[in-house]
Amino acid sequence: MRYALAIPSAAIAAALWTMPALAQGTGHEGHEMSGMQMPGMESSQPVPEAPDKMQGMDMPGHPVMDHAMHAMPKEPAKPVPHMPPPPAALSGPAHAADAYYPDGEMTHARTMMTGEMGGIHTTLVMLDRLEAQTGKGGDGWAWEGGLRTGGDIDKLWLKTEGEGGIGGGVEDAEAQALWSHAIGPWFDLQAGVRHQFLTGPDRTQLAVGVEGLAPYMFDVSAAAFVSSQGEFTARISVAVDQRLTQRLILQPRIEANLSAQDVPAIGLGSGVTSLRPGLRLRYEIRREFAPYVGVEWQKQFGRTASMTRGSGGNADRIIALVGLRVWF
Amino acid sequence: MHTISLHRRALLGGALASGGSAAVAALFPQWARARSAHFAGNSADALSGEDIALAIARTPFTLGGRTASATTVNGTLPGPLIRLREGQDVRFAVTNHLDVDSSMHWHGLLVPFQMDGVPGVTFPGIRPGETFHYRFPVRQSGTYWYHSHSGGQEGTGLFGPIVIDPAGGERVAADRELIVMLSDWSFMPPMEILRKLKAQPDYFNYQQQAWFEAPSGKPMSVADKLRWGRMRMSPSDIADVTGATYTYLVNGQGPDANWTGLFHPGERVRLCVINASAMTIFNLRIPGLPLTVVAADGSDVKPVETDEIQIGVAETYDLIVTPQDQAYTLFAESIDRSGYARGTLAPRAGMSAPVPALRKPPLLTMKDMGMGGMAGMAGMHGMEGMDHGAMSMRDPANAPGVALTPGVDMIAPMPVDRTGDRGLGLDGVDHRVLVYTDLEAPGPRADISPPTREIVVHLTGNMERYMWSFDGKRYSAIVEPIRLARNERVRFKLVNETMMTHPIHLHGFLFDLVNGKGDRLPKKHTVSVLPGGFVAFDLTADAPGDWAFHCHLLLHMIAGMFNVVTVRPLDGGAA
Repeated sequence: MRYALAIPSAAIAAALWTMPALAQGTGHEGHEMSGMQMPGMESSQPVPEAPDKMQGMDMPGHPVMDHAMHAMPKEPAKPVPHMPPPPAALSGPAHAADAYYPDGEMTHARTMMTGEMGGIHTTLVMLDRLEAQTGKGGDGWAWEGGLRTGGDIDKLWLKTEGEGGIGGGVEDAEAQALWSHAIGPWFDLQAGVRHQFLTGPDRTQLAVGVEGLAPYMFDVSAAAFVSSQGEFTARISVAVDQRLTQRLILQPRIEANLSAQDVPAIGLGSGVTSLRPGLRLRYEIRREFAPYVGVEWQKQFGRTASMTRGSGGNADRIIALVGLRVWF
Repeated sequence: MHTISLHRRALLGGALASGGSAAVAALFPQWARARSAHFAGNSADALSGEDIALAIARTPFTLGGRTASATTVNGTLPGPLIRLREGQDVRFAVTNHLDVDSSMHWHGLLVPFQMDGVPGVTFPGIRPGETFHYRFPVRQSGTYWYHSHSGGQEGTGLFGPIVIDPAGGERVAADRELIVMLSDWSFMPPMEILRKLKAQPDYFNYQQQAWFEAPSGKPMSVADKLRWGRMRMSPSDIADVTGATYTYLVNGQGPDANWTGLFHPGERVRLCVINASAMTIFNLRIPGLPLTVVAADGSDVKPVETDEIQIGVAETYDLIVTPQDQAYTLFAESIDRSGYARGTLAPRAGMSAPVPALRKPPLLTMKDMGMGGMAGMAGMHGMEGMDHGAMSMRDPANAPGVALTPGVDMIAPMPVDRTGDRGLGLDGVDHRVLVYTDLEAPGPRADISPPTREIVVHLTGNMERYMWSFDGKRYSAIVEPIRLARNERVRFKLVNETMMTHPIHLHGFLFDLVNGKGDRLPKKHTVSVLPGGFVAFDLTADAPGDWAFHCHLLLHMIAGMFNVVTVRPLDGGAA
């Protein structure tokens, strides 16, 4: 990743695309063929006569036995061909009800109906982390949350996170506005802008990343950013919910931040700038309302760490935290 | 002894409820509510005749001390019993007093398509304040039901029973008839339930396998956890919406209200069971009473005795029971065993029988994962010894015709015919359980002929995104209906590529379930397709028009598991 960051953002995106988690399932609804569901597209391979033959067969290396296994064990063995519909099926009006009801009314009703059956839009507001932190170097607080709204495939996703000292106001904060598009059963591609409100100068960046569920139920989010100053950075976070009981959930989580170059103005050195492994234990009073306690190791590396230390900060500390996870 | 020997159609048996307050009782129709014992005779409250008026409105509904606004027909939940006679004509004037569009669909009735009541498919819907006039001949007999097809209203109470008496008299005699309409009620509106599921698909599931809890009784091994985790799926994903939010009802009444149906000991009682739930498949049993199934989805079947029935959403079964001088619990457990609907059959009011404990929730098996085709093969015994690495759970070669969209999280590698299988979770039950291969028409049918072509429809979904579809495409993304030529004989094969049971309903037809019974195939309007399995049915496309075709789990339909079946040419000038 570190070297990939030294090349243009398109290449970063390409690198993210090749993550193993994404290897399966890049079906694209926009690429559907309208005729795909036509019966004629089904293989016309006949149904074999004696399913009994299957018994005792060794497993093939790869189960391309679809039609064999679809045989009817109890019906007389009569293969039923897969054919396109007869021409008569294509005659007459497209919509039968148009012959009985005023056209405008049916058009309206059809639009409503089509929108309802699969086209529902939903909105969700999340506050994944709202927590108070205590540890060496002072107490603070942090938040991470957002809003997503849209359909199954395309959504607008607003994200925000930040932190501050107790009584000291917000130190670092950021907001992102992303368009999120499903690129497979498990992952969304996200692209948009991020603005960072920092203790140094602010930064505005283009953001591109992926977010979704990797095998073994890991929630993964990875994004690369290029700022208006031409700086490349990236962030990866991975979390997994371990259900201890129906309502008690232990969540190991790790976040890694990377930078392709030194950016002294905002205290970043090149390479892995920080790692934040943490463990949070939450109790879901309701699914939407879960207080938690946890610990997190906040570790900076290299020149990032030296710069933090130079300004009197802590580059390596373990914090205890207590927080609330809410969504509605 | 009893002198009652009335005809079924003259009987609408003594349905009785105890425990409900007067205010609550006012919301139940006569057929579902308390009445003097041993009522026998013409039902005063069933709607019958050729002109029937139905009013759709919001009505307060109270359950467990909490009141919400239900959508009702003529002010009751369920709506009034509609009792018709085969061969008559009927006209329904349905008035919508809601502030949103509504509709009424006659589930299982063979009607001209423009009377079928599906907004956007067969008619424009019923606008607020408007009355729609339905008119059609009654061409069949049996137990059916009606419900709204708009805006999830069937999930908030807009449904009721239909019983049609046969023109030639009842084939199976009974002394008494009781209607058992099962449903699920939540104080959370259906669309909010859907939003929660889109946000967190296991939102309602409090019976998951956890490190320190194993609700199904078997702690999960680390190896199993890894296998399921690798697929990004859960073996305890049995029902999307559970007893965590639902109260399960018998004739509109919760388990504590104990709906009671009265009988004379020794009578042959016909139970007309209708699953009017939005999202709940039930396991129905009456401990101590064998159930003789005499009709399925309104059509007579050769009587078959059983002890338990898994009834899919929208299915109906007519059962004959012969209760003795004692009370019996009618127990309908949700498929995931997170709750139950309960009523009582008793010779006298105020009686009750022990209520069985909920059984442990089931876990999905390898067969449910669509690997059933490997059962019985050399070296293949259960999950153990199974190398999932060699088995793709999303191989397009296993389901040509499916668009591999983000809405498809798996393709069953080797689906099998499961019409002979018990429903999910009932394999180990030590009494008889009805399976589809038990159903058979009472006699040889002359109208059975071989189909000329087969249409394969894959039931697809993505639990994580809570998307449901046919062939990978939600209705909102579908451009092509399933086209039939008038009077052609076709076979539909429904292949379940998901790990859930889907009750699939085709409007406008009573199809012939292909279950190995030769010229005695049973007729149905709704068929449950078990996970990792397939079901075939044949039909003669004798009903011109456009017909809805969908999963009858309400939220699966709304999530996109819906399409239209067209039959052309149309009648007369419209063709």
